[in-house]
Amino acid sequence: MIKTISYREALNLAMTQEMERDSNVFTYGLDVPDHKRIFGSTVGLVEKFGSDRCFGTPLAEDAMTGFALGSAINGMRPIHIHIRADFLMLSMNQIVNMISNFRYMTGGQLKVPIVIRAIIGRGWGQSAQHSKSLHSFFAHVPGLKVIMPTTPFDAKGLLASAIRDDNPVICLEHRWLYDIVDKVDVAPEALVPLGKPNVLQEGTDLTIVATSWMNIEALRAAEVVNKFHGKKVEVIDPRTIAPLDYKIIYESVNKTGQCIVADYDWVNCGFSAEVAARVSESCFNRLKSPVTRLGFSETPCPTTRPLENKFYPNTIDIVRQVESKLNLKPSDLSKEKFYSYENKFKGPF
Amino acid sequence: MKDRNTELYRIMYLIRMCEEKIRVHYPSDKIKTPVHLCVGLEAILAGVIFSLKPDDQVFGTYRNHGIYLAKSGNTDRFFGEIFGRLTGESKGKAGSMHLAAPEKGFMGSSAIVGTTIPLSLGCAFVNQQKKNKRCTAVFFGDGATDEGVFWESLNFACLRKLPLMFICEDNGLAIHSKISERQGYRSITNIVNQFDCHVIQSESTDPEVIADLTAKGISHIYNNHGPVFFHFKYYRYLEHVGINEDFESGYRSREEFERWKRVDPIVLQRAKLIKYGLKESFIQEIENTTIENIDKSIALASQAPFPPESDLYQDVYA
Repeated sequence: MIKTISYREALNLAMTQEMERDSNVFTYGLDVPDHKRIFGSTVGLVEKFGSDRCFGTPLAEDAMTGFALGSAINGMRPIHIHIRADFLMLSMNQIVNMISNFRYMTGGQLKVPIVIRAIIGRGWGQSAQHSKSLHSFFAHVPGLKVIMPTTPFDAKGLLASAIRDDNPVICLEHRWLYDIVDKVDVAPEALVPLGKPNVLQEGTDLTIVATSWMNIEALRAAEVVNKFHGKKVEVIDPRTIAPLDYKIIYESVNKTGQCIVADYDWVNCGFSAEVAARVSESCFNRLKSPVTRLGFSETPCPTTRPLENKFYPNTIDIVRQVESKLNLKPSDLSKEKFYSYENKFKGPF
Repeated sequence: MKDRNTELYRIMYLIRMCEEKIRVHYPSDKIKTPVHLCVGLEAILAGVIFSLKPDDQVFGTYRNHGIYLAKSGNTDRFFGEIFGRLTGESKGKAGSMHLAAPEKGFMGSSAIVGTTIPLSLGCAFVNQQKKNKRCTAVFFGDGATDEGVFWESLNFACLRKLPLMFICEDNGLAIHSKISERQGYRSITNIVNQFDCHVIQSESTDPEVIADLTAKGISHIYNNHGPVFFHFKYYRYLEHVGINEDFESGYRSREEFERWKRVDPIVLQRAKLIKYGLKESFIQEIENTTIENIDKSIALASQAPFPPESDLYQDVYA
């Protein structure tokens, strides 16, 4: 059953449906039931399921993350929510030393069904401590799963799959995606499997692998490149960072012979390096040029707007890279409109 | 009373002898896992776990052998794990430091100080929600109370009135650092008393005393009064990790050890059994049976197969 809803409503729907389906699912975290409801994504949960299954916590990320593990190994399915991904650093000991290892260390005696949702902030001075995505940190560690839904459809389907998964899943949600409205299969059993990339737009001339918000920039770049040069760019959203089945990405690069990875993160030792390495290993003799990587500048995220604009990779950066790789003359982009804090992409895809 | 004291003695003797046998076999290098032996700690382990129901749940630290043995009692699987064999409780992936036997209520242990404390919150929360009358107990040392996560956890347990027992095994040392070198306050029990938490403390090495105090704590929890913090003093007989004494290294004195040894839990409990009129031969039979079982388990473990290499990739994900 298809309905047109926002990304925040899609997240909310996944949680509501899963909490209805399984009474062992519960959600908690700082300010989860407050009047703002995690940018609207937890609306209605405390009213529907009560304060035993939807509650706020003290400011104690370390203990509250261990709490998730303790409840998971005793039969429940926690969803722990953080208003910013940066705050997960306070949970890192539990995530990396305990949660990721616990099944393995006990020789498979225990299951660890945990979902950790965290929001990536951007703009209006979010600055160095409210803007990180950190998906590469988590993807580095065996035992964890990491997802980054971009579309409302995937927000619903991937989050529901994550809640049903018997492993720890970290779900990273970009704040700017919350306002996107698009078609979503709202049926409770409409799941999107973890680990499978999604081709957001088909093309034949160049492959862009983009994460989270960078998909919006990549789709716009594909539009611009097509308009000025008539070239067709394929945009692939991995959706899952780890563990990921790269087959669809390899097939695409084998077809186009060109690959840009536009990651919503720093480049150094990041997911873009992983994709570039794997694509180079698997598609080496089909590549017409080395894999290109785009990501944050190698600095902390600054507060002031002109520097922040420079910090993030954008549509123009992608267009210029595509033009360079395909030996095209730089197009005149002075008349083009691009997305910004004030002009967010609202959908549909 | 006789039965209870006999059982407490049997548990403590089992724990002590398993540790002593590890000390014997460790130099052969067949046990390739760091061991944090719990010699001196037996009264606390036996007393607390004796008072728990079989389906009550416990969490431990890396000094966890006694918890495993008191909760599970399966020496075959214990030594299998210590020897890194397929017959171990966790098929060799846990070793000494991460022992667990969830089906017996031993939910897990960890080699990073303080890290199982918040797990006990989640476990206790589930039991509170399901109203299943299960208690959770989390064992940790005085070193763990230096960690922020201890205070975060204590706060949350009190806030939510969780059915949880904090068991602080205070040996006055975090590895080799004394409390006086680590803590800027005089009394942890005074501070915990300021929380909505019931505090029980003892310096006893008598497992009966510990068992009675534990039972009091459990009834406090059953009356929905929230968590209990137990502060138990004991003396670590051996080095932090390994099989040796370390009184020559200078950070503590043999005299201190000798004072505690006079109230050794095994020696005291054995004397108590004699006082209650149990025959020497009866006690010896318990001891002989215990040692025979341990020797049999060690022989089995040292002959058992190692896990196949393909096991490396098993159980990363469910």
